[in-house]
Amino acid sequence: MNKLKKALGLCWILLGPAAVVFLFIQAIEKTRLAEPGIAQTNTALQWGIILFIFIPISAGLVIFGYYAITGAYEKEEL
Amino acid sequence: MNPESGKNNIFKVIGASSLGTLIEWYDFYIFGSLATIIGAQLFPADAGASALINTLAIFAAGFIVRPFGALVFGRLGDLIGRKYTFLLTLVLMGGSTFLIGLIPSYSSIGYAAPLLVLLLRLVQGLALGGEYGGAATYVAEHAPVNRRGYFTSWIQTTATGGLFLSLGVIVLTKNLIGASDFAAWGWRIPFLLSILLVGVSIYIRMKMHESPMFTKLKAEGKVSKNPLKESFSKKANFKMVLLALFGATMGQGVIWYTGQFYAQSFLENTCKLDFNDSRYILLWGIVFATPFFVIFGSWSDKVGRKWIMLSGMLLGIIFYRPIYQIFLDDTDFSQITQQDVKSVSVPVIAKEVQAGDSLITQKSTVVLVNGASFTSIKSLTKTANGKVLDSTELMKDKKLSTTTFWKFVGLVFFQILLVTMVYGPIAAFLVELFPTKIRYTSMSLPYHVGNGVFGGLVPFVATLIASFPGSTPLTGLWYPIGIAALSFVIGAIYLSNQKPDHGEITESNT
Repeated sequence: MNKLKKALGLCWILLGPAAVVFLFIQAIEKTRLAEPGIAQTNTALQWGIILFIFIPISAGLVIFGYYAITGAYEKEEL
Repeated sequence: MNPESGKNNIFKVIGASSLGTLIEWYDFYIFGSLATIIGAQLFPADAGASALINTLAIFAAGFIVRPFGALVFGRLGDLIGRKYTFLLTLVLMGGSTFLIGLIPSYSSIGYAAPLLVLLLRLVQGLALGGEYGGAATYVAEHAPVNRRGYFTSWIQTTATGGLFLSLGVIVLTKNLIGASDFAAWGWRIPFLLSILLVGVSIYIRMKMHESPMFTKLKAEGKVSKNPLKESFSKKANFKMVLLALFGATMGQGVIWYTGQFYAQSFLENTCKLDFNDSRYILLWGIVFATPFFVIFGSWSDKVGRKWIMLSGMLLGIIFYRPIYQIFLDDTDFSQITQQDVKSVSVPVIAKEVQAGDSLITQKSTVVLVNGASFTSIKSLTKTANGKVLDSTELMKDKKLSTTTFWKFVGLVFFQILLVTMVYGPIAAFLVELFPTKIRYTSMSLPYHVGNGVFGGLVPFVATLIASFPGSTPLTGLWYPIGIAALSFVIGAIYLSNQKPDHGEITESNT
């Protein structure tokens, strides 16, 4: 189990930035698709808030992955 | 007797904490339930500007201010104590809810009305971020160590109880004074009523003593000097904050929002169910499922928290799509035959002429042999020379047959049962994960990020996914399913079913 915990750590490290890139692409696409004017500002605002809150969460996932790789979640440490 | 060192009866502790938390949830929900009416009364008629303020009110309050409130009040709770901190959150929440009920309409004070709504909504989000951690910590620190799951599960019922109370008060007020008066001024009653509820709760909470564990910590001079720093800059604690978020609260948040909010919204907006039917289904589901918060909380004291919570997530991952497919199939009246129809009301025809073209709508109520009914709206556009350009039929306000109604209650009950599995034991789980001196701060942040952000985004992301090419009405479910699956994997692999040992000697009124 400890080997699996460590191995999956790499997945979490990759998943964090991947999620941010996906959200960023969605933000640009959806903002571009919105009607120019207030609707576009509104969409940009929504996505801005989502990115603002998800960037630290994704950073947290990367740190979680790093801790996993370095064995911080091995049973004897919990 | 010194109030700091006095002992409370555990049931008084649960009563005082639960009542306050229930009222906070009630306050938070009535805004969401009455958002359309508030929009019409307090927001500008300009749809664009209105949407902008709404976005800030919903997104900022739920996603930014709530976790921020967790940090602000969590820190305060670890510095000055649980009792006074969650008294403050209650006053802020109740006061802002009451004040929303007093805001003059947009037609009277212009843009000041929506700006005041926004400000008070942000205060609500801030207060909610601080309340739950305080109540859960306060109860857990009074409870016997081996029964924390049981005692804190009463706090867990309040989120559902608050939703039930808010729906109940709204439906009751609307039925008592009539729909038009409710839309004009009656919507303020549920907001104003909050001050009475909060007043009673403050009175009860004022009489309570500080938690024995915090009092002991304070007496020994071991209160944390900087809870934020200790919570998030020390690896030993921060790794548990991350584990709590990704392995538990993230999955719990999406299961919670899907069962309690997305289900009702899906029935009303996608299945086009009648306003009352969709709410009554949810209300019955809540009534039947709520006792299970306590059952699962109590059971978690015996078998551990981990697998009960993860089983709730796994069952959601497996059953969400089949359940929502049944919702769609059973509300699809497009295939009914003439033999299924019992009666059709006399159609009401309306004609609207615009730029030479006429839009003709024909509205009638169709009652089926099995007791179900719906409103049929047929509309067609005719040009000036009589040519039909477009013809559509819309079915809405669907009312279900008794059998289907109870079948839907059963399916919503099952979803809320999953909520009780993930949510019933989680307060005890979070409380036990962190040491007393930084508990309020450490547990509040993952809880509110998991619930407020991951859970709160269920409707937004579901709508986003549904906008992708080739999507179906069920495609939006991939968000809660995906997040629950991720949380399940992390929880199953990394979480321990044992209580962590913080080297503390616990004191409680056993």
